[in-house]
Amino acid sequence: MDDVYSRAGNAADPPYLSPDYVGTRIRSPKQPLIVIPQTLSEITGPVYGHADVAPEEADLTKHHAGEPLGERIIVKGRVLGEDGRPVPNTLVEVWQCNAAGRYHHAVDQHDAPLDPNFTGAGRCVTDAAGNYRFISIKPGAYPWRNHANAWRPAHIHLSLFGPSFLTRLVTQMYFPGDPLFAFDPIYNSVPDPKARERMVCQFDIEATKPEWALGYNFDIVLRGSNATPMDPDHA
Amino acid sequence: MPERTPSQTVGPYLHIGLTQGAYGVREIFSASLADPGLAGTRIRIEGRIFDGEGNIVPDALVEIWQADPQGRYAHPADGRALSSNSFRGFGRCPTDKDGGFAFDTVKPGSVPGPGGTTQAPHINVGVFSRGLLKRLFTRIYLAGDPANAADPILALVPAGRRDTLIAKPDAAKPGLFRLDIRLQGANETVFFDA
Repeated sequence: MDDVYSRAGNAADPPYLSPDYVGTRIRSPKQPLIVIPQTLSEITGPVYGHADVAPEEADLTKHHAGEPLGERIIVKGRVLGEDGRPVPNTLVEVWQCNAAGRYHHAVDQHDAPLDPNFTGAGRCVTDAAGNYRFISIKPGAYPWRNHANAWRPAHIHLSLFGPSFLTRLVTQMYFPGDPLFAFDPIYNSVPDPKARERMVCQFDIEATKPEWALGYNFDIVLRGSNATPMDPDHA
Repeated sequence: MPERTPSQTVGPYLHIGLTQGAYGVREIFSASLADPGLAGTRIRIEGRIFDGEGNIVPDALVEIWQADPQGRYAHPADGRALSSNSFRGFGRCPTDKDGGFAFDTVKPGSVPGPGGTTQAPHINVGVFSRGLLKRLFTRIYLAGDPANAADPILALVPAGRRDTLIAKPDAAKPGLFRLDIRLQGANETVFFDA
């Protein structure tokens, strides 16, 4: 059975064991993965679309009575397959800490204030051209206990389904020029420096709204089919 | 051509974004997959997740994807899917403080396999957690199904490791199957690369 989805692009992902990220040492499998063909079980996957999501769920600043503190941002982009085709009508789930670097989560004990007007959860569905858009506030950096003086660069978690079980992706979007990149074992778990840069959004003056919010563009590329792309202009 | 966006860990705070019920946010997924009216054999899958030191993993997320009792996937790539079928085939469950997860569902039917073979009833499983930089992919088969012997995917697994994929029935509770997931070490679960 021929592969429907390319395997070559998997090289962009980090390995399971990345020792500088201490948590991987006891949670990464030691046995080699068993390579299997792509059957109907893998080339199908959950389908969730606009009927499941309300439009206001994409605005993380409007989920409470007041406005959250912090730098208001617009995050938008396209979801594509690595074959260049847009991925329409697919669910994008996001979560993040607040502007002070604190997650609204029972486990987060960082000594930074919670914001009663910010939960940090949102979702939306891509349109017919693969576009998505969220409104939020810029998340802060925060300390973690991986090593001495460890800080995570500011990031937003994104979770996507795409068209099949094999296109599922959870990643993190980082902000341009963060001085913490060089010290972060999660960012650096991606072996190829060029692939790391694909996790960094771009400031976008066109997406920036005067007197209101900074715009950032972040295209997300999922596993794509082996088929030849339909639009040669984008090859 | 665009190049892939790399995977990153879900981290310890995944619940805010993926299982938000405790945070006052409406959830769109659950660990209960079948409407009461759906015909089929009800099953419950329970298990726990362990790390390489034998400790439970209380901050993981398990996602499952399965066919309906007739072996059809609710997806356009399965031409046999019925548009009127209410069964969507997807479930999501965070592990609890004891590392446990549980899904209430129906037994999937057999599914076409490569080269004209037939795959035994199985549930596709994804595991995410802090310390996992990308999803782990495994499957759950059900002990006692005679189709397991001819399953083309199980046949690719060394015989001594197949048991890590086969849930065992609970003698005291009809319909309940148990299977633990071991991320690393002794009896490490078989994980797949497709």
